[in-house]
Amino acid sequence: MGAETLSLASTAPWWAWPLALFVVCFFLGIIAVPAGVGGGVLFVPIVAGFFPFHLDFVRGAGLLVALSGALAAAPKLLDNGLANLRLALPLALVASASSIGGAMLGLALPANAVQVALGIAILGIVAVMVSVKNSEFPRVERPDRLSQALGMYGVFRDGATGREVSWQVHRTPLGLFLFVGIGVLAGLFGLGAGWANLPVLNLVMGVPLKVSAGTSGFILSLVDSSAAWIYLNQGAVLPIIAAPSVIGMMLGARIGARLLQVVRASLIRRLVIGLLLFAGARSLVKGLGIWA
Amino acid sequence: MSRPADGMEAQRRYGALLAWGTRLGLGLLVLGFVLYMTGLVAAQMPIEQLPEYWSQPAPELLRRTGMHPGWGWAALLPKSDMLTLAAIGLLAGCSIACLLAVIPVFARAKERVLASVCVLEVLVLVLAASGVLTGAH
Repeated sequence: MGAETLSLASTAPWWAWPLALFVVCFFLGIIAVPAGVGGGVLFVPIVAGFFPFHLDFVRGAGLLVALSGALAAAPKLLDNGLANLRLALPLALVASASSIGGAMLGLALPANAVQVALGIAILGIVAVMVSVKNSEFPRVERPDRLSQALGMYGVFRDGATGREVSWQVHRTPLGLFLFVGIGVLAGLFGLGAGWANLPVLNLVMGVPLKVSAGTSGFILSLVDSSAAWIYLNQGAVLPIIAAPSVIGMMLGARIGARLLQVVRASLIRRLVIGLLLFAGARSLVKGLGIWA
Repeated sequence: MSRPADGMEAQRRYGALLAWGTRLGLGLLVLGFVLYMTGLVAAQMPIEQLPEYWSQPAPELLRRTGMHPGWGWAALLPKSDMLTLAAIGLLAGCSIACLLAVIPVFARAKERVLASVCVLEVLVLVLAASGVLTGAH
């Protein structure tokens, strides 16, 4: 913990930090929705970098922030067919199993090592967000045999155009392999992994963008559940950190969803990328002990 | 290969159960947190002492508060902070009920692969929740 943070932590009344956490999460919730990112990816680096909490509790709370958002959205996504169980379940199975390994690894490694790795991961996420251009309706010439065996195909009704779009997937073995890695990262850093789910579903497996986005949110609800249990059972969930974070983020997200209709999403997205760059760099230098 | 049914029955059943589980979990989270903050119900970790704990790693928190890893928190219910943890457990566990509910739907439709995937996912979640896996510092 840095000298200035330590000094502030020792002089501020105990309630100031949870209150500050609630306010910060409320604003993160507002910008997360229009920027198209889950709350966890913003929450973990920012709170780990600027609050006096141990990284164990920040990652535990980060998972819960991501989990709550995913759980709240999943019923609607399942009902309107934008999340697809056939597509999601096999991918969620490998990712949730590997997220357990990631969570155990994260709790076994020294906090500084995780902090450095978190900084690198966040900077990598920024690179993915800046460079990846998703495709609305990717072309899948021939579905692979595994996807056919697993029943990974379907039809969805595009609300914007009113037309029905049938879809199928390819490169399923590669997709499953990548979801193993996504699960490890989600458990290790306590990040919701929507930033990775979406490009893998859309660009690697060829799932239409809207189905990718909906299914990604649903997959998070299973992946983060298994990792959250590991944190909960290891004492890495502190109610005073987790509860205001979840409540603040969910309230903020309600405003963010309304804001989506009136602000330019690209502007908010640039703001989020700037925030992530700053928070990722902060995690890196904090972990390396350069700017503690 | 013949295309299976559209699966919307399973999706809707899963979604309806998940919506209830999420509402219940979030409601309990808010209730537990209000009880914790107001001190209406006694807590295992006194709020004023939390700044001494929250900068320490998780195992140190367990040691100082006399809590045990795994389901040790459940034994301390209905203390208000543990009630908040129970709400979190409900949020992390409600997907198990949803998966169990759609297994018969897939089984009836003779979709054995999907039913098996659901069973395996339940086993993964139960293993994670069991508290037997440890990874502390």
